[in-house]
Amino acid sequence: MKLEVVSLTKIYRHNIRNKIGNKHICNDECVIAVENVNFRVEEGEFVCILGPSGCGKTTIVRIIAGLDSPTSGEVLVDGVPVRGPGKDRCVVFQEFALFPWRTVLKNITFGLENTGVPKDERERIARKYIRLVGLEGFENAYPHELSGGMKQRVAIARALAIDPDILLMDEPFGSLDAQTRNLFQEELLRIWYETSKTIIFVTHSVDEAIFLADKILIMTARPGKIKKEIDVDLPRMRNRTSKEFNEIRSCVLDELRQEALKAMMMQHMKRLS
Amino acid sequence: MKVRERLLRIMRTFVPGAISLTVFAVVWEIVATLIGNERVLPRFSQVMISFYELKEYIPLDIIQSLIHFGMGISFAFLIAFPLGMLMGWFRGVFGFVDPIVEILRPIPPLAWIPLAIAWFHLTPIAASFIIFLGAFFPLLINTYMGFRETPKTLIEAAKVLGCDSDVRLMRYVALPHALPMIATGMRVGMGVGWMCVVAAEMFGVSTNGLGFRMFTKFFYNHQIDYVITYMILLGIISLVLDASFRYITGSLMKWRGGVVLEA
Repeated sequence: MKLEVVSLTKIYRHNIRNKIGNKHICNDECVIAVENVNFRVEEGEFVCILGPSGCGKTTIVRIIAGLDSPTSGEVLVDGVPVRGPGKDRCVVFQEFALFPWRTVLKNITFGLENTGVPKDERERIARKYIRLVGLEGFENAYPHELSGGMKQRVAIARALAIDPDILLMDEPFGSLDAQTRNLFQEELLRIWYETSKTIIFVTHSVDEAIFLADKILIMTARPGKIKKEIDVDLPRMRNRTSKEFNEIRSCVLDELRQEALKAMMMQHMKRLS
Repeated sequence: MKVRERLLRIMRTFVPGAISLTVFAVVWEIVATLIGNERVLPRFSQVMISFYELKEYIPLDIIQSLIHFGMGISFAFLIAFPLGMLMGWFRGVFGFVDPIVEILRPIPPLAWIPLAIAWFHLTPIAASFIIFLGAFFPLLINTYMGFRETPKTLIEAAKVLGCDSDVRLMRYVALPHALPMIATGMRVGMGVGWMCVVAAEMFGVSTNGLGFRMFTKFFYNHQIDYVITYMILLGIISLVLDASFRYITGSLMKWRGGVVLEA
């Protein structure tokens, strides 16, 4: 399954009411979250979207998922425009978004219940993914009994259980500590090999993007645009301290540094005006 | 070892309560003896004896009151639950219904007694209508709050997992999320409803009932000891109702990690 993002633009309107004197003045403040974003993701590819906070990474993922609609442009999955959430795409959210009233097993079967898979089959599939993410023995635990890392495993298993072609991951490891995060990246690659999904992974960690991705899309600060596409041709598992890895890192960091500077300048200008 | 620990824990929970209740009874007995007027404050021992003297009336009155209460609470639930659900989920319904609710809500249930009699005459329905009004609003408000405050992330997670219709989202996401709040609303509603029982039975809708007996028989005959006996009964029944409700709902909501049980 192939994904194309074609001249995608998203403008949020904030209705701001200002009271000046006795008059209420109503004006719409437009925030351009992303502007004219174009990229392609091939089947089975691992793509990282990398950029500073607030650059519209999440907006792109939400539009691909069908949770938001674009102001203009479109997202095509195998040539068919996305109109809303669909079974071919699933999201792993940063804040896990597990259903606290369901056990691990029942969280993972949730998506299958919606498609009318019979109970035995649902549980068989759920147990398969519980094994894949290494959560055996926690089938009947409730989310409040799990650590952050375990919750994220459940969230990944839950998304995989509906067997989507495209897995969208929005800073999924953002709340994990650095060491755990490295282990999770390795595990995600293993899962990616075993399931051969297409993965679109949002992050602001340069290291994470280079370790995981076939292709990195570097975004500019607001309004979010694709500044550069970088192909990472290193064989996996990649060595985070190798010379080649560091070369790509310095190239990526350079691009991001310009963006950070630009964002700072823009804030300065805004303060002065 | 385990048995001893459990015994200790039970002691720790119940001993302070038992001591305070005993002290309360003793002080009551002494004060009543000092006053020496049983129309002002009968002695504790006398009230305890009244339980025995009234043993023929008590079961009948409890049953009649529970019937009134049960009817009122059931009506309240049958209307407040679906209405609250719709109000919490659909903005439009909320905007339409909320103004009416907000105007009716501050009116004390007891102010409805004349209307209750005019509409339902002196029947048990009239009494349960008053109880209904007491229980309705807490239940309605908690229900719509529970539905409305369903986290957006959970709804979106459900959507990307293929849960796409309003009915399914309400059933599988909003309802389980709202359940603890609905249970709290039910508890508060039951409490208020029970407080309305005495007043609802005061105007003679039936020939039995705790409130009916208290006012139309004991109070008119200046049997203050009997009145106090029934007051204690009212308290104990409410306690039992609340404890059993908490027990039932607590076991349904293990996922909250005991929050409901301890609340």
